[in-house]
Amino acid sequence: MISRHPGSHRDAAKCSKSQIWGYKMSDRIPTTPKLAFSMQGISKSFGSVHANDQIDFQVQQGEIHALLGENGSGKSTLMNILSGIYKPDAGTIEVNGEIRIFHAPKDSIACGIGMVYQHFMLAEPLTVAENIAAGSSGFFLNHKKESTAIRAFSEKFGMEIDPEKPVVQLSVSEKQTVAILKVLYHGAKILVLDEPTAVLTPQEIQKLFNVLRKMRENGCSVVFISHKLNEVMELCDRVTVLRKGKSIKTYNIADTDAHDLADKMVGRKVDLSIDRPMPCCEMDGCIRVENLTVKNAEGHMKLSDISFGLCQGEILGVAGLAGSGQKELCEAIAGIIPSEKGKIFFRGTEITGKSPREIIRMGVSMSFIPEDRLGMGLVASMDIADNILLKDYSFQKGPFLKTAEVRIKAEKIVKDLEINTPGIFHPVRKLSGGNIQKVILGREINLNPKLLITAYAVRGLDINSSYTIYNLLNEQKKKNVAILYIGEDLDVLLELCDRIMVLCAGEITGIVDARTVTKEDLGQMMSGTRLKELKGVGEYVSNS
Amino acid sequence: MFRIAKKDELPKWKVILVRFASILFGIFLSGLLIAVLGFDPFATFSALIIGAFGSANALTNTITIAIPLAITALGLAIAFRMKFWNIGGEGQIIMGCVFATFVSHNMPESTPGLVLILLMGAAGFLGGAIWAMIPGFFRVFSRTNETLFTLMMNYIALSIVQFLHYVLWRDPAAKGFPKIKAIQLQAHLPVLFGVHIGWIVALVLAVIVFLLIRKTKLGYEIRVVGESAPTANYAGMNVKKVMLTGVILSGGIVGLAGMVKLAGSVYTLSPAITGNAGFTAIVIAWLSGLSAPIILVVSVLIAALEQGAQVIQIKLNVPSAVAAIIQGMILMSALGGEFFLRYNIIRDKKKSKTLPPKEDSLKSVSDSSGDSILKGDA
Repeated sequence: MISRHPGSHRDAAKCSKSQIWGYKMSDRIPTTPKLAFSMQGISKSFGSVHANDQIDFQVQQGEIHALLGENGSGKSTLMNILSGIYKPDAGTIEVNGEIRIFHAPKDSIACGIGMVYQHFMLAEPLTVAENIAAGSSGFFLNHKKESTAIRAFSEKFGMEIDPEKPVVQLSVSEKQTVAILKVLYHGAKILVLDEPTAVLTPQEIQKLFNVLRKMRENGCSVVFISHKLNEVMELCDRVTVLRKGKSIKTYNIADTDAHDLADKMVGRKVDLSIDRPMPCCEMDGCIRVENLTVKNAEGHMKLSDISFGLCQGEILGVAGLAGSGQKELCEAIAGIIPSEKGKIFFRGTEITGKSPREIIRMGVSMSFIPEDRLGMGLVASMDIADNILLKDYSFQKGPFLKTAEVRIKAEKIVKDLEINTPGIFHPVRKLSGGNIQKVILGREINLNPKLLITAYAVRGLDINSSYTIYNLLNEQKKKNVAILYIGEDLDVLLELCDRIMVLCAGEITGIVDARTVTKEDLGQMMSGTRLKELKGVGEYVSNS
Repeated sequence: MFRIAKKDELPKWKVILVRFASILFGIFLSGLLIAVLGFDPFATFSALIIGAFGSANALTNTITIAIPLAITALGLAIAFRMKFWNIGGEGQIIMGCVFATFVSHNMPESTPGLVLILLMGAAGFLGGAIWAMIPGFFRVFSRTNETLFTLMMNYIALSIVQFLHYVLWRDPAAKGFPKIKAIQLQAHLPVLFGVHIGWIVALVLAVIVFLLIRKTKLGYEIRVVGESAPTANYAGMNVKKVMLTGVILSGGIVGLAGMVKLAGSVYTLSPAITGNAGFTAIVIAWLSGLSAPIILVVSVLIAALEQGAQVIQIKLNVPSAVAAIIQGMILMSALGGEFFLRYNIIRDKKKSKTLPPKEDSLKSVSDSSGDSILKGDA
């Protein structure tokens, strides 16, 4: 290769073709590495919502590129366009320098783009090898050959997996590994991971990061979708920030820091610390659960032998991987599902076996926000006033609804919680996620509960709304309300709660003081290590 | 290439416009068909409208047809609110008639008309309610599929009435002709403004159903259960009780529709007594968006089609099958219009030269819903 000498361009006209080529190459290589793919001017609207608005997004070969943005900023839409699920209204996609139009996901896969979704889309009864080989060409499946090939392939990326094991026996983290392995095995050079760490313990996250780094060494590109700043800072090479459907900027990680990214993500200065008032902990327990055992409708054990207490004016966090029994715990306390064994006492009165309505009347309030957010707790097509009526109407006398007082209450909740809506007769389904959550919490708080159960209260919320919710909870805590906070984000649990109870597969692995415990130890407990098996954690156990 | 994209929720006037346009489109299509068959579409339609609304007599007939349709649709709408798919309107109408007839046959002739009518009404309600409660009970307690169950109950009811018609209640006075004895004379519904007072029943029921759904606790519970049973459970509602109550109300009102038709216009129980009202009312309830006042209006329109169809057959010799086709086409396009309330069909820009990319034409498809109806249906 001919390097560029000062003054050589004077002779450029006389240079041979190869010289010009070489001259250009030598100029470009160090500054702009080859692009894996490039999306330019991508726009996509759903009705009046501009999910993506002129987004530019470029990923180089052999880099881990974070796509950072709050919920609703357009990350998922952009990636669904990249994977061929949506068609953009405008804009072009180039893969390895060629313009491509994706009509269906298979076109995108053919270009070497592999998506790993939060739900892994694996056939549970089949083995790892069968799952991975599914969709490969050829009519027959050679189990032995596939297994060996998969084993070799997984070792290349530092993944430990037994190809002969049925997927149903794997842990969530292992299933994720299989999903990643599957797209790589089918020739993906560009891997898109949609919030992959949401379901993992801190230890499993480190394992995943190592795998992703191995992939980078092998020349693959990784798009890492996340809204967790510390993970982005730790793992990625570059980061593109999206906000309200627009691409704000692409940075080299070395040139930025978490605070700056948070500001860019939200669009203004944000304070990331959560207030934590000391609990007023009067020693009389608000709720006491003794040896609670719950089975689900199919007869699977969901909670086994759970015992814990909760004081007034205390926030007890519940940590655990998804599906460790959190849902059943909430529903058992609220009386929605029957318990197999055990007793639940609320202020000294046993409430086991009482109907949900009786329990509501005693002052137990549950704001349970399930994965689809509107499935339980709110009626999507009804307006705000009618939804606030949900808990109130049974207290009214006579067969007719008294809507006037509910309207006043609804107006007040909308005003107090700054719910962004055209009016109280607006269907909740048309509200944004944060406002929906505020409606539920507002209604529950308005009942002046003595116990507030809240599950995934900030799921899917932007940073600003999340902090509004934390403040609301803290206000209730100051009013001596006992709060059971089922959470997902360990950082938030550590900052908001007084104590943290860790669930693993329906059992309590430890109840610790949130002020002193470390994230790593929580992670250990989430994956099944009991508190007493951990070394030097005696100080975590608070006296309350 | 075409693709389907979800549309914004339209303002109310646009929704009404789209519905109106789709009905017009249905009329246009059936006009084409009538022309193809060799009749004059304009003459046919004007004869149809005059036949349905053109004279006092025509109007009376139309309203008489509309009454049982409206009451049945009001009843079904309650069940549909709970997403309980009550397809058993036919059976519930029949059982309402059977119970009412039983009362009439077994009460002494000296019973005052008012007492007899009230008793028959109660019996009609009871008959329909029982017929709906059976599938309702199994749905609530053993999660059977109510769609199939209510449908099958129709055939059982039909067989029962056939048995009564040919065997058990066969009137010996009819000289070998299979016929059930007519109800007592004083049980006939009185006539007000030319139509039997069933129209008042329909109006009152519409108000009751409207208030029930909108203004009572039970109605609220019915709405919540229909939208989301887990939410209802979470709010402390007894979902099973609410659903069973709603189903009983629904079936009872449908049974009452049967009694009104029996005592108002036909007077005699026969296997053909429903005149398909149980099925037609399903369509009415849906076209009306389960709203009680709109059900009244739509029932009259559907009844007008039925009444007008008889007239065009007599006057213009257009076979009544054609009238049925007209009905079907209008209903089809009305239901098809619902699609365009929710979705847009967007043509993708392609670089091929056969389709010059005209920005304006693209916009007009996605912007005006009236346009997209025609393009989508054609």
